[in-house]
Amino acid sequence: MVDCKLDFEETELRLGLPGEKSINANYGKRGYSETVDLKLNLSSKEIGLDKTDLNENNLDKVKNCSNDSVKPPAAKAQVVGWPPVRSFRKNIMAVQKSGSNSEEVEKGTVGSAGASFVKVSVDGAPYLRKVDLKMYKTYHELSDALGKMFSSFTMSKCDSQGILDFMNESKLMDLLNGSDYVPTYEDKDGDWMLVGDVPWEMFVESCKRLRIMKGTEAIGLG
Amino acid sequence: MCLFQCIMNYFPEEVLEHVFDFLTSLRDRNAVSLVCKSWYNVERCSRKKVFIGNCYAVNPELVIARFPRFQSLTLKGKPHFADFNLVPHDWGGYVQPWIEALAKNGISLEELRLKRMVVSDESLELLSKSFPNFKSLTLVSCEGFSTDGLAAIASNCRYLRELDLQENEVDDHKGHWLSCFPDSCTSLVSLNFACLKGEVNAAALERLIARCRNLKSLRLNHAVPLETLQKILVQAPQLNDLGIGSFVSDPYTESYFKLKAVLQKCKSVKSLSGFLDVNPRCLPSIYPICTNLTSLNLSYAPGIQSNDLIKLIIRCKKLERLWILDTIGDKGLEVVAATCKELQELRVFPSDLHGVGNAAVTEEGLVAISAGCPKLNSILYFCQQMTNAALITVAKNCPNFIRFRLCTLNPVIPDAVTNQPLDDGFGAIVQSCKGLKRLSVSGLLTDQVFLYIGMYAEQLEMLSIGFAGDSDKGMLYVLNGCKKLKKLEIRDSPFGNMALLSDVGKYETMRSLWMSSCEVTYGACKTLAEKMPRLNVEIINENEEMEGRPKDKHRVEKMYLYRTLVGARKDAPPFVWTL
Repeated sequence: MVDCKLDFEETELRLGLPGEKSINANYGKRGYSETVDLKLNLSSKEIGLDKTDLNENNLDKVKNCSNDSVKPPAAKAQVVGWPPVRSFRKNIMAVQKSGSNSEEVEKGTVGSAGASFVKVSVDGAPYLRKVDLKMYKTYHELSDALGKMFSSFTMSKCDSQGILDFMNESKLMDLLNGSDYVPTYEDKDGDWMLVGDVPWEMFVESCKRLRIMKGTEAIGLG
Repeated sequence: MCLFQCIMNYFPEEVLEHVFDFLTSLRDRNAVSLVCKSWYNVERCSRKKVFIGNCYAVNPELVIARFPRFQSLTLKGKPHFADFNLVPHDWGGYVQPWIEALAKNGISLEELRLKRMVVSDESLELLSKSFPNFKSLTLVSCEGFSTDGLAAIASNCRYLRELDLQENEVDDHKGHWLSCFPDSCTSLVSLNFACLKGEVNAAALERLIARCRNLKSLRLNHAVPLETLQKILVQAPQLNDLGIGSFVSDPYTESYFKLKAVLQKCKSVKSLSGFLDVNPRCLPSIYPICTNLTSLNLSYAPGIQSNDLIKLIIRCKKLERLWILDTIGDKGLEVVAATCKELQELRVFPSDLHGVGNAAVTEEGLVAISAGCPKLNSILYFCQQMTNAALITVAKNCPNFIRFRLCTLNPVIPDAVTNQPLDDGFGAIVQSCKGLKRLSVSGLLTDQVFLYIGMYAEQLEMLSIGFAGDSDKGMLYVLNGCKKLKKLEIRDSPFGNMALLSDVGKYETMRSLWMSSCEVTYGACKTLAEKMPRLNVEIINENEEMEGRPKDKHRVEKMYLYRTLVGARKDAPPFVWTL
């Protein structure tokens, strides 16, 4: 057993095993900024570390794409499961943030945290679009915007009014049973979900991309 | 044969059994089973409560064979990190086979407590029909059932005393389940449906409360209107534990005055929670209850600002347990420290999960609490920043911590003043708190912190690590040092094969090990599984495009291993490989 004690009188602890260098020397071994980037990037799906990549140089690759900042990146780096709060609790908080505290939300809208651009694809359309979900407060507003965006395409049985209808939550069932298009989105877990089930704020938080699918393909959803 | 053994052999089993009845702690009962065969047999036949920390460590048949007369079962399913979306849906943890087996073997189950398990409506219905003496159901963080399952419980469990639903994902088919409690049901002591989203029939609820004169604990969901709450409280002034779902009223209406009047009469309420929807101007009606409160949970109430929180807390001098949001601020925590001298457990949850970070608490709040609350032994603290100096002070002030969980909102943030890692701070905690059983660390941390943990945390049973350490040494310090370690969960840390394989026997002394986004490879996991047949080494594969198995040198994204008596589980989904 090592015979040493932590000295509480000073704020600086000195603890070392006999024969080892003093602890402080270890701090030099790894610069803080590298550590930060290494740790955050190791988990961040944004960086997209290929899971099948057996390259030992994974770590190097990550270090190379570090941001050079010395300060810690803002807590808003999208790390899955951090802070470690149960989904149940997260959902409750998300629902309650609706409407209230709009000032605080606005404070955070400067920079990338404020926008939430997601790709929107419509089956049959020649190209995709992008929308900023944070520009809207309700499903209805979003459907208005999408309707305008895609109204220029010629699609069978689907004009802008049609898209508007199926965003209306009460008409979702009609649409599922019948014709036309079904709005779906990919959530943070990678699952494809039907638009409209969850409160708007929760939807914005978890939506990664939107796909307006043909009704015939949507069997099995919902 | 020694004298003692002779004497013991003359005790008839009934006497032993009577003596063992006084042993309620699981540890004592386990210890007693090891003394000799006779004691083992008496104990196993008389054990009433069985606790299974990992439902896959054993199977129902084995449990029933060993404890033929148990009446209470506690089961835990998914690994802890499932709470944070790290475990895919359908991983497992089904209660159905347990209920089937218990029913088939004539166990007279009275109590079932489940955590992180998948519970279906079918399971609940089977449960409600198979055990005539069933009295108590507690579900924590479970999923897979709907209010139809609850309706079955309400309808069929004639002597139900306790229905406690905590933070479950319930498919709410709205409302009628509560009406399924028959008029003859008067036995309820505890009813908690705060996590349900849908409405319940108000009249049915009022009648139920009125006829259950022994009701002590009632937690409503936010769909119960204030008028109903008022009527209920008139019928049940004997409540000890009250959860108010929705507390929204115009403070100048008659219904508010009535509510205020009835709240003044609720002298026995010791525990208060809820407030998912709240009009802060109605809070003064709660003040009369505050004086007697020992437990207060406002962690679901972001609608209450710091000032109103402080006005409430300043009246809660007897508080022993406080769960709150970081909207309280450091200033609010100073008020807690000055007021709540009996405080034992504090949890401060983050209110702002998008990381804008305006409302959070810092190291100052924690230091104030540690200085003001000498009985503090359990803390969960989400904070914006932390310093070593603060942690060292906290360690000095509070040597009695049993649970210490610190979570910095930025997982790798260094000491806010010195920019150094937080190793020394946590080192002080483990050195000072000799009884520490559970620890979660966060912030910038090197291998050094694990050296401290391995050296000092002798009683540590559960350790949670994320984004920490530099090398395998870190994990080795912990594995070699913490003799009582039961659960180790690690994410996003550079620990690899050398650490994993250094002491394979250690894992049989532990319940489980979770490692995700670390440096462990497929080959090492296979090696471990080969060497240790009594461990299940599970790999969770989320890469859909992969065909076949990875190569040995591939990093494994998620590994969960646990000791088991029953080999690989048969209900694993295709994305879980047991090596």
